[in-house]
Amino acid sequence: MTATQVNPTTREAADTPPPGPPAVRGIRRPFWTTRRRDALTGYLFVAPQLLGVGVFVLVPVVLAVWYSLNEWNIFRGELTFVGGANYAALLNDPQLPSVLAATAWFSIGVVVLNISLGLALAVMLNRRFRGVTVFRTLFFSPVVVSVVAWTLVWGFLLQDNGGINAALETIGLDGTNWLLQGDTAMISVIVTQVIRSVGVNMVLFLAALQGVPGELYEAARIDGARNSTIFLRITLPLISPTLLLTAILTIVGALQSFAQIAVLTEGGPGLATTVLVYYVFQQAFEFNDIGYGSTLALMLLTFVMLLTLLQWQLRRKWVFYED
Amino acid sequence: MRTELLRRAALVVALAVLAIPFVIPTVWMIASSFKPLSEIFQSPPTLFTGSPTLDAYVEAFTFQPFAQQYVNSVYIAVVVTLITLVVSSLAGYAFARVRFPGANALFLVVLVGLLVPSEVTIVPLFQMFKQAGLVNTHWPLILVTALAGPCVLATFIMRQFFIALPGELEEAARLDGLGRPAIWMRIALPLAKPALSAVAILTFLASWNLYLEPTVYLTSPELFTLPQALTRYTDAYGGEMWNTQLAAATMTVVPMLVVFVIAQRQFVEGLAHSGLKG
Repeated sequence: MTATQVNPTTREAADTPPPGPPAVRGIRRPFWTTRRRDALTGYLFVAPQLLGVGVFVLVPVVLAVWYSLNEWNIFRGELTFVGGANYAALLNDPQLPSVLAATAWFSIGVVVLNISLGLALAVMLNRRFRGVTVFRTLFFSPVVVSVVAWTLVWGFLLQDNGGINAALETIGLDGTNWLLQGDTAMISVIVTQVIRSVGVNMVLFLAALQGVPGELYEAARIDGARNSTIFLRITLPLISPTLLLTAILTIVGALQSFAQIAVLTEGGPGLATTVLVYYVFQQAFEFNDIGYGSTLALMLLTFVMLLTLLQWQLRRKWVFYED
Repeated sequence: MRTELLRRAALVVALAVLAIPFVIPTVWMIASSFKPLSEIFQSPPTLFTGSPTLDAYVEAFTFQPFAQQYVNSVYIAVVVTLITLVVSSLAGYAFARVRFPGANALFLVVLVGLLVPSEVTIVPLFQMFKQAGLVNTHWPLILVTALAGPCVLATFIMRQFFIALPGELEEAARLDGLGRPAIWMRIALPLAKPALSAVAILTFLASWNLYLEPTVYLTSPELFTLPQALTRYTDAYGGEMWNTQLAAATMTVVPMLVVFVIAQRQFVEGLAHSGLKG
């Protein structure tokens, strides 16, 4: 060991009593050892964050469970304990199947389009050519545009006499009233959402692609592998952690999409685009049904938890790690 | 050589076509905000108007307290970002660098905060803030955003960053007699600039874009934030005042776009390296 190196045991040694005869009675070691001082600062440093999570996340979740067991009286503003009645209402809610179907369609649509488009853009923009940064900026720019502004503009473009139909007309196609029909309304919400947010996934994929060692590609080329084989056998497995992570983040994000739907379709036509989050909002804040709204919110929480658990299980199965 | 050139040209053309739906809405929004109302529904539509007017911009400010709403959004986002930077860098540093009993369990508690969607907690939070007399104030928007939600993600990002930091500097600082707070402030924070800027950007955007929360908590127009204000440009019959709405939307979007284009590199790299790589 050279003189300049710090002995890793020095710090520990300061905390433990020196070897030799036991401490003489009457001479106490100071209470504030480095270790104790460290522990105290640790607690103080994490305290604000823990307080925030406790008061603004954990307490509300517990309260939501309590509300879900109660009926809310709007006039008196009081809760009455009703046990599992709200959960029974879930099973008998004639609207819930449509809501869950809309939630599933929206989430699946957003995830599939977002991941495939994000990956395709990242692969195309992972080369070097003139203007590549300009394209990256263009595809990323909607991320910076606020959701409400973005959705307002699309709402205008998608109207019967809006820009989309006018553009279709110039190339001889007939448009439709996009937001007033169930299936096209859903497609519209999905597509506008994907275009706005795919930039984030594109950037995450780009970072992952740049982490794939170039030698692997060269070796594969020397072996005469085709581009598609290289993509499937080398690129995809190597970026699979990012793929999985973005898939989960995107689906959890999709489950929480509120503004897009509130501004573009208000859940309509009918219930065609009423996803779970929007339904929670309607029940709790428009119909003032705090108990049922909380029950629905807990259902949403269950979905998010299950998806996260799934991610945890899957990552061991097929996700490839460099180390 | 020629096929390579052709291939490259094809790629650029494909990208240019793909970019249309990404770019046109914003360009169209800005261009239309200068049109007189009569021209907005003109068929066939034109992108740029022959007779530009600022009427819609004037209307945006006179129809509702738009200037005040703008100030609201800016100061809330700034305050939230500043608090989050402090809270998350303290917690992230402690979880990554300081050994204290129960650290892992406490970190797990924080991760739970990352999992719970804000839509799940908003019903009880509304009741809590109502009890505290804070409904129709900015407090819910500031406190919840700065201490839960985006802040939890920020703490996670900061922890990932500090874990990767080499320990020698800290050791040296300790031998020089610096305590933990001084090490955090004088050694860790200056090194963490990339992570801090990623956190700042993410938090600012999160606060700037909040829509559900202001919709739930705020009822007075002079307290509104921008996303909420944008949806309120409707005439007495509930019809949308399109050109006014587009002018207001342009004013909320363009500053962000300008900042983004200037700080583009940091923006994108901050996101890519924010520890989200998995």
